[in-house]
Amino acid sequence: MIPTVEQVRAMTSLLVEREELLAVAKFLKTDPQLQFDFCSCVTAVDYLKQDCIEVVYHLYSVALKHGPIALKVRAPRALDQCRVPSLTPVWRGCEFQEREAFDLYGVKFDGHPDLRRILMWDEFVDHPMRKDYVPPSAMEAKK
Amino acid sequence: MPVDPNLQSELQKQGVFVMPVEFLYNWSRKSSIWPVQFGLACCAIEMIAAAAARHDIARFGAEVFRASPRQADLMIVSGTVTKKMAPQVVRLYNQMPEPKYVIAMGACAISGGPFKDGYNVLKGVDRYIPVDVHIPGCPPRPEALLHALMTLQDKISKQHLNEARWYDKGSLAEYTVPECGAHDLEPPFNPEVWELPKK
Repeated sequence: MIPTVEQVRAMTSLLVEREELLAVAKFLKTDPQLQFDFCSCVTAVDYLKQDCIEVVYHLYSVALKHGPIALKVRAPRALDQCRVPSLTPVWRGCEFQEREAFDLYGVKFDGHPDLRRILMWDEFVDHPMRKDYVPPSAMEAKK
Repeated sequence: MPVDPNLQSELQKQGVFVMPVEFLYNWSRKSSIWPVQFGLACCAIEMIAAAAARHDIARFGAEVFRASPRQADLMIVSGTVTKKMAPQVVRLYNQMPEPKYVIAMGACAISGGPFKDGYNVLKGVDRYIPVDVHIPGCPPRPEALLHALMTLQDKISKQHLNEARWYDKGSLAEYTVPECGAHDLEPPFNPEVWELPKK
């Protein structure tokens, strides 16, 4: 399937299906004309109304001095279905940033070598950057 | 017991100083307040500036930053107390010997500051430990820290030996160290030192 390509000013973004993410990432990294050898940022966006969470990877090519492009993939919001393939095997630098996206958005990265919380403590169960998260202080204000 | 001022002045001319033991005791304590050496965020930079040559906290006898809570009298909570760090801060306070004092430095330490509506910052360190002096500011200037120190010195010089809390039996109980729970710190505050504001 051809990924959805979007151009916003200087930023090109590719929206791909979950099944194709790994193959697209490997192509972007290895293709001689592209050589996106550096993943600078991994984050997620919570689209509450569309019921999906979008994971965004920002890629640069240090070798060819171009970029960034955004590589995007979407997953349903439900915690048990919110899974995308990990790109840590392709770009090693994704490891901690994928852990952060897991910690704050609850996205599970299949194939990640060490998917633990990175910012919040281990006993914490919520994902605080999700739009439906209710902080404990709000509960306190109601009392 | 007040001393006759004329007699006191006359004795001073001969090199004899008459004063209550309490005055000497408090004067010694307030002139050597040793803080614990730790910083939590950007306020710590201002604390370091207060200790450096330009502002020179040594003028107040508080320059001996101790690397161990066992040797310290004062805890300067300089910066954001995250919920992950709060148990360690309370534990450090518990390990300090009496008499001990706390200065909460900066907006974050006194109330959570700009992170008050967030999910990972303690909304004021006074939820778990008793704070003697609060300094507002983001961050407060070193002068503000020095002012807080002088305020604390005033407080110390007004304390009475026979009312000192740390000589009472059973007053040295440790404060509850919060635990990291599933949604928030457990308990979210220590009711011995803090309670929810009434509406």
